[in-house]
Amino acid sequence: MAVLIYVDSVSGKVNKPGFEAINYGKKIADLKGDKAVVIVTGDCHNTAELGNYGASKVLHAKAVSSADSGVLTKVIAKAAEQENADIIVFSHNLVGRAVAPRVAARLNAGHVAGAIETPTNNGAFTVKKAVFSGKAFADVEISSEKKVISILPNSSPVVSMGGDAEIIDFAVDAALLNSKIKVKEVKTKDGEISLREAELVVSAGRGLKGPENWGMVEEMAKILGAATACSRPVADIGWRPHHEHVGQTGIAIAPDLYFAIGISGAIQHLAGVNRSKTIVVINKDADAPFFKAADYGIVGDAFEIVPKLNEALKKFKANAQ
Amino acid sequence: MKILVCISKAPDTTSKISFADNNSKFNEAGVQYIVNPYDEWYALVRALEIKETIGGNVTIITVGTAADEPIIRKALAIGADDAVRIDAEPKDALFVAKNIADYAKDKGFDLILTGKETIDYNGSQVPGMMAELLDLPYISSASKLDLSANTATLETDIPGGSEVLEVELPAVISCAKGMAEARIPNMRGIMASRTKPLTVVSSNDQNAFTSIKTYSLPLEKKGCKYISAENVQELVDLLHNEAKAI
Repeated sequence: MAVLIYVDSVSGKVNKPGFEAINYGKKIADLKGDKAVVIVTGDCHNTAELGNYGASKVLHAKAVSSADSGVLTKVIAKAAEQENADIIVFSHNLVGRAVAPRVAARLNAGHVAGAIETPTNNGAFTVKKAVFSGKAFADVEISSEKKVISILPNSSPVVSMGGDAEIIDFAVDAALLNSKIKVKEVKTKDGEISLREAELVVSAGRGLKGPENWGMVEEMAKILGAATACSRPVADIGWRPHHEHVGQTGIAIAPDLYFAIGISGAIQHLAGVNRSKTIVVINKDADAPFFKAADYGIVGDAFEIVPKLNEALKKFKANAQ
Repeated sequence: MKILVCISKAPDTTSKISFADNNSKFNEAGVQYIVNPYDEWYALVRALEIKETIGGNVTIITVGTAADEPIIRKALAIGADDAVRIDAEPKDALFVAKNIADYAKDKGFDLILTGKETIDYNGSQVPGMMAELLDLPYISSASKLDLSANTATLETDIPGGSEVLEVELPAVISCAKGMAEARIPNMRGIMASRTKPLTVVSSNDQNAFTSIKTYSLPLEKKGCKYISAENVQELVDLLHNEAKAI
């Protein structure tokens, strides 16, 4: 048996959510005394690194794009069969969300999406996952022979294991690559950090009074190398783009550091950010509910505090180099 | 255009989450159920907009018991034409997907829409599973959906940006923020919803492969450490030395 881990390649490289998934699959493989085999698709220049995160073998399916989850499912199912894998691990990132459930349906396997801890296997195979948009956790037992697990990004630090992996070209029949989905256009913004995978996030809300005041937020994000985010009202009134909305009905994130500036901390917003490791709240209202969920708080006017904080952060960054 | 919109019930977003029976069950006492926001605000409303533009029929489907009929009526009040309830307690995502796929397989739907995830179990699983069971293309978390003839044009997020995709119909699409604006049912819609057809079909009664054994709540925060607005340097020091976040 083996544990098969699927990772996607972003701009020619497997990135952090992929490393996390490999680490996670390796831990499961160790529990079972099996090998961790990675399958990666598309253009990928860091296959040689993947052994360091726990892969003992890397199957590289170069001709396969990650845009069509149906095609990807057939390729992953073929690899699972070839490697005799009974557990298949994905990141619960954008590609993983599309393909993992398809693979589970194809293999008639129980699927846990959003796992946050390594499974336990004391007779029953159980995985902890986040539920109610981060307000709670559930231990889910998987009873099927084949199992699919998608791990929530940023749920554990990436660990280097110092191993080497054998890298094998994974050939796929051209017939398998027939797709009903065409990518017409890719819009990426250079230098913009993806919010879902960001380690540091600077977020602001209605307290900023208007979209013209976001300059200091963007500056802080730039100094820290952070992604920018916002609360729902701000996305709804069009001050910020929808894809920046974090919360129960936006996207849920779990960065190392979350700065909340002028956000009161409604329960729906907290649900999307309360897995952040450190939360800093800046709000002029001392009774804002967000302070209850914060690690550090400053009560005061964001328009005075943030520029000063940016200066202090700039100095800190300059000295740290 | 024949559109199937899959809806799920979810606890109201302001619900306090607690558990019963030795943390083995979600405590439903005092919980108000709503249509899962992604299903209602984006999938259903976009389906209605498409119907209003090019004509067609919008069918609602859910897997649930008679107790879930209020959310079906809500979706009908917003404007769906008819509804199907598969009569079963939903056991897990694959169970739900198998039931809906079984129902939909010979009905000739051009589009099957869902929300991008439910706000209770957050799996994003059912649409992908249905797509595989029905052997259809699937686009996850689309923020735009436009139709021309037999093709849908969609926009989805990718790391650091977005991409525009074209897919041949029929297809399964899960819908995210940006696709449509939430609608509030009007009195006429509410009145009409009472007499719109609701078909109850029996479940194909599959076994489920996953089951929740226990629930737990996150650990309470230690409490907030306050820093004076005059001393932002202290925050920088704490973030570096104590939290090790920068």
